[in-house]
Amino acid sequence: MASHSIPAPGHSEPLGHHDAHHEEHWFLKYCWSVDHKMIAKQYMITGLFMAIIGGFFAYVFRWQLAFPNEPVPLFGVVTPASYNMMITQHGTIMIFYVAMPLLLAAFGNYLIPLMVGADDMVFPRLNRASYQVFLISCIILIWSFFVPGGGFGGAWTSYPPLSASASYNLTPSGSTLWLLAVALEFVAFLMGGINFIVTAMNARAPGMKFEDVPMAVWMIVIASIMFMMSVGPLFAGSVLLLMDQNFGTHFFDPRTGGDPVLWQHLFWFFGHPEVYVVLLPALGFMAEILPVFSRKKLFGYRTLLYSSIGTACLSFFVWAHHQFIAGIDPRMANVFAATTVLISIPIAEMMFVFIATLYGSAIQFTVPMLWALSFLAEFLVGGVTGIFLGASGADIHFHDTYFVLAHFHYTFFPIAIIGSFAGLTYWFPKMFGRHLNEFWGKVHFWITVISFNFIWMPLFFTGIMGDHRRIYSFTNFPDLMTPDRVLLREISSVATAIMGLAQLIFFANFFYSMYRGRKAEANPYNANTLEWQCPSPPPHGNFAEMPTVYRAPYEYSHPDRETDFWPQHEPPAGAGALKPEGAH
Amino acid sequence: MAEHRPSPDSEGSGWQPLARSVFFTTTLGAIIVVSVVLFYIFSGGEDYIARLIPALSSYAGDIDHLILLIAALVGFWFFAALFAFFVLLFKYRARPGHKASYLATHEHQLETWIAWPHWLVIACDLVIIVVAVKVWHMVKQVAPPPDTTVRIIAQQWSWTFRHPGPDNKLDTADDIVTIDRLHVPVNKVVHFQLRSKDVLHDFAVPVFRLKQDAVPGRTITGWFKPTRAGAWDIQCAEICGIGHGLMPARLFVETPEQHAAFLDAGAKSAQLPGGQPIY
Amino acid sequence: MSGQIIATGRSAAGMPTGKLAVWMVIASEIPIFGGFLAPYLMHRVGHPDWGQMAASLNVWIGTFNTALLVTSSLFAMLAHAAAERGNGPLAAARLRLAAYGGLIFLCIKAYEWYTKISHGHVPQSGTFYGYYFSATGLHGIHILAGVAILLAIASQAEKGKHLGRVELIGIYWHFVDVVWFFLFHIFYIIR
Ligand code: HEA
Ligand code: HEA
Ligand code: CUA
Ligand SMILES: [Cu+2]
Repeated sequence: MASHSIPAPGHSEPLGHHDAHHEEHWFLKYCWSVDHKMIAKQYMITGLFMAIIGGFFAYVFRWQLAFPNEPVPLFGVVTPASYNMMITQHGTIMIFYVAMPLLLAAFGNYLIPLMVGADDMVFPRLNRASYQVFLISCIILIWSFFVPGGGFGGAWTSYPPLSASASYNLTPSGSTLWLLAVALEFVAFLMGGINFIVTAMNARAPGMKFEDVPMAVWMIVIASIMFMMSVGPLFAGSVLLLMDQNFGTHFFDPRTGGDPVLWQHLFWFFGHPEVYVVLLPALGFMAEILPVFSRKKLFGYRTLLYSSIGTACLSFFVWAHHQFIAGIDPRMANVFAATTVLISIPIAEMMFVFIATLYGSAIQFTVPMLWALSFLAEFLVGGVTGIFLGASGADIHFHDTYFVLAHFHYTFFPIAIIGSFAGLTYWFPKMFGRHLNEFWGKVHFWITVISFNFIWMPLFFTGIMGDHRRIYSFTNFPDLMTPDRVLLREISSVATAIMGLAQLIFFANFFYSMYRGRKAEANPYNANTLEWQCPSPPPHGNFAEMPTVYRAPYEYSHPDRETDFWPQHEPPAGAGALKPEGAH
Repeated sequence: MAEHRPSPDSEGSGWQPLARSVFFTTTLGAIIVVSVVLFYIFSGGEDYIARLIPALSSYAGDIDHLILLIAALVGFWFFAALFAFFVLLFKYRARPGHKASYLATHEHQLETWIAWPHWLVIACDLVIIVVAVKVWHMVKQVAPPPDTTVRIIAQQWSWTFRHPGPDNKLDTADDIVTIDRLHVPVNKVVHFQLRSKDVLHDFAVPVFRLKQDAVPGRTITGWFKPTRAGAWDIQCAEICGIGHGLMPARLFVETPEQHAAFLDAGAKSAQLPGGQPIY
Repeated sequence: MSGQIIATGRSAAGMPTGKLAVWMVIASEIPIFGGFLAPYLMHRVGHPDWGQMAASLNVWIGTFNTALLVTSSLFAMLAHAAAERGNGPLAAARLRLAAYGGLIFLCIKAYEWYTKISHGHVPQSGTFYGYYFSATGLHGIHILAGVAILLAIASQAEKGKHLGRVELIGIYWHFVDVVWFFLFHIFYIIR
């Protein structure tokens, strides 16, 4: 199999030991554990479950858009109310309950302690609490679909006055529960983020200097910091909005000194950094996967690090590009157009770094590698189309058209779905001690990626041709019912159904391999980073004796070694002499 | 050697060929970009978008130009990046007898190769920003003096259009009020006063490349100048509740005589001050 | 749990883990309060008429409360000093004094709210009061939490346990104090 084409002479002995298996009650083991790996899996399963709901909604309203006003298979007739509710919940779920839990929480929890050579998070109980709060917020969200009046349908951006008063949105309890769920989710991720940051800063193994920290950890930490810095105002905003909804205050009500646009500022001040909060971890995974399967050192570790920090800083000054035509002072748009377009520079550099990493490498097209490579190609599309929107003049036409949707699905899908798949398939052997099935993995990869492009490429054009968002049926617009537009929509919707079905392959492969898959040794890919140096799956406590770090994480194919990898913890020749410097 | 601790970007052999190739591709890139821009400037670019959706306002063409300029600039980078990407994928696929090389760069070496695309991207960004701001300024920050002014009032879930009557003044007895149908004269500068009664709405006319949110409690003015007679869709482009998909309106761009007919028809029906809705 | 929690004791960044965490908590709280204060200030500039409403707040009570919190966090500092010298009981006593300061603050705040509400100045009666009640309310919750933690840590410190935590709660308590300082100025002082 490709991933093992390289023999591993001088195979580094796993450090772990297996005697940590004292039998616990299943509830303690699976639901009340403080082990970061178990909590990571809880987040992962919850995220996958929510992804199914969000994906199902996507299928339903896509079908409605292509074949309006006829019952959708497996669902039924889509009313305007249920349509709005479904797109709103789809957006909310996919971002806050799929992207965040999978990329940040699941992998952050799983990887950070393993990659920095720690036995657990520094605050295991806080960690458990974080998941439990998250779970409650999931339950509240799903509950809100079934309350009288139905789930909230005011879009994931939840602009007041629509969201502020039941007399406008007609979902008296749905809107409040939605807001409550999202606010709780923020609390959960604040707790988690503090844990990530402190663990990565303080619990690093001796010898692990800042530049020995694997990119994935860096990226997740930077993302957590961004989240911490940006979510506060929106949290305050949601408290104000909750009061407007339930206690009759008028923070966002123009008639009594309030200001509806204020919410937009609070939301997007968080909302834009948020998109990089999910982008960075995904890039982090790429930085782990590409070097391993191209047996090549990551090109320009520092460039990648600095440009991600640059992106993080710049992202706090672009938020109003979502509000160009929202009635803000038109002069403001000029400033934000400039900052927005300039953010392409750090991100371009990251892309160049990844592409340059391939130069002079030996690429093995394993399933994780395929996901990682497709991420680069697909994200480029989403990225460059962002520039069209950042150019204020062009955004007059594009705002709230399907062009915007296509733009951010070309960013979000690579990040949340492709990125998660890349991470899952790459770390699966470590997580479950078994290998996924290569063949079915590739089948699933190709169907998903191809159908994805068939979903979203056409919608760029319907967007340019004037299809606007959040319209439950275009039949009311003569100009929008031309045959070409209808055809494009139908292509997209059929592709969505196909993609949905393709996920069954993944889930079958996932759960089958979890129990029946080929057993995986500690370091199946001959990787350098620390998580591969303890047994798969790692016992509670991860490392038998704590590792010491001697070098940077991406030393592949080093000329003066017979093996093509060089684990971070492997003592240099004549080790005894050289005693590890403690981290500063 | 093994003792010494390679920094993440420690010197390696063999970065020069990469730097050289990057240097050439990017200088080549520079030339291509410049020529693409020149080509685009001298070719009536807007037609490409107009083929997808007619461009029927005085500034629609400029917005289409902007869109195509961006397409040319980022398009170059996009294809250049993908080209390099796939070439590398093919050239360096793992195969018997092919071994990865240990190559990494040190800061100053990194600069030599990253600097080029870097500065080029900045150059492209600046071009984009300048043109974007120019177009934006023309559409949203300044407006030619109005030939006529209409008031647009959005509400859940319909549009109310208040046309100045024959006297061409708003808020006079002969105003013509219509629901979901806006009548404007062709080739005249029309100013609109956009208001909302309840929640956010958005007055969007794709064929004009025009879009503007309606914010309750404010009157937002904007302008357009239709360039061809006809009937087109008006969409609400900001979610405003259950009926958001159900508030389409129709825009009638009328020749002088058509418009005159509309005006005195309305004037006749407008007995009360404020006029009565005609459907 | 397996008995070998080692790494959590590390401090690779050179700062005790607990302290680092407290700073992180504060770092994430600042934007939250910022989210209340920035919009308030923006509106305040736009609405001169809010001046009269602000005038209805009792500056003397506010001043007294400020002094109260300052002394309270002074005691928190002294408690830290005591804890440094390993004197648990003294630290506990001072922590309790700090906590009582917080409690009195809350009582006075409650009285203030009561008078406002009885004069019909409720959150619904204007955006100014909306901000006033929500911001001071959120701050009040922080005081409440702070008091609880102070007392909890005091009872540990009394038995000489976890003396390190005395400093941590001190940092948090100072932060809450500083927040009040801002609230006091932008709600009571500026006209
Ligand atoms: C993770 C998700 C993600 C990411 C990474 C991005 C990245 C970017 N986004 Fe996107 N965006 C969203 C998610 C995302 N966005 C979402 C969800 C919305 C809609 C929210 C809603 O309304 O519901 C949105 C909406 C949105 C808007 C508002 C549109 C509107 O509503 O009118 C704008 C406008 O400026 C914008 C711009 C950008 C830009 C400039 C980038 C940049 O970061 C892209 C930079 C990357 C590149 C440019 C590619 C790499 C660079 C090169 C190949 C070099 C060559 C490039 C040049 C020479 C320029 N986005
Ligand atoms: C992470 C973000 C994300 C993702 C992945 C998607 C994925 C998809 N979205 Fe989504 N979408 C949003 C975020 C996302 N969307 C947001 C924020 C909005 C705006 C909402 C609003 O306007 O308020 C939106 C709105 C939106 C609209 C506009 C509705 C409207 O305005 O009228 C449409 C319409 O076609 C759409 C379709 C789709 C489709 C077909 C997919 C498909 O590409 C994907 C379908 C998914 C599946 C079929 C299965 C998913 C995967 C699994 C089940 C496996 C899980 C395992 C792992 C991930 C490891 N989306
Ligand atoms: Cu009115 Cu949407
Ligand atoms: Cu954005």
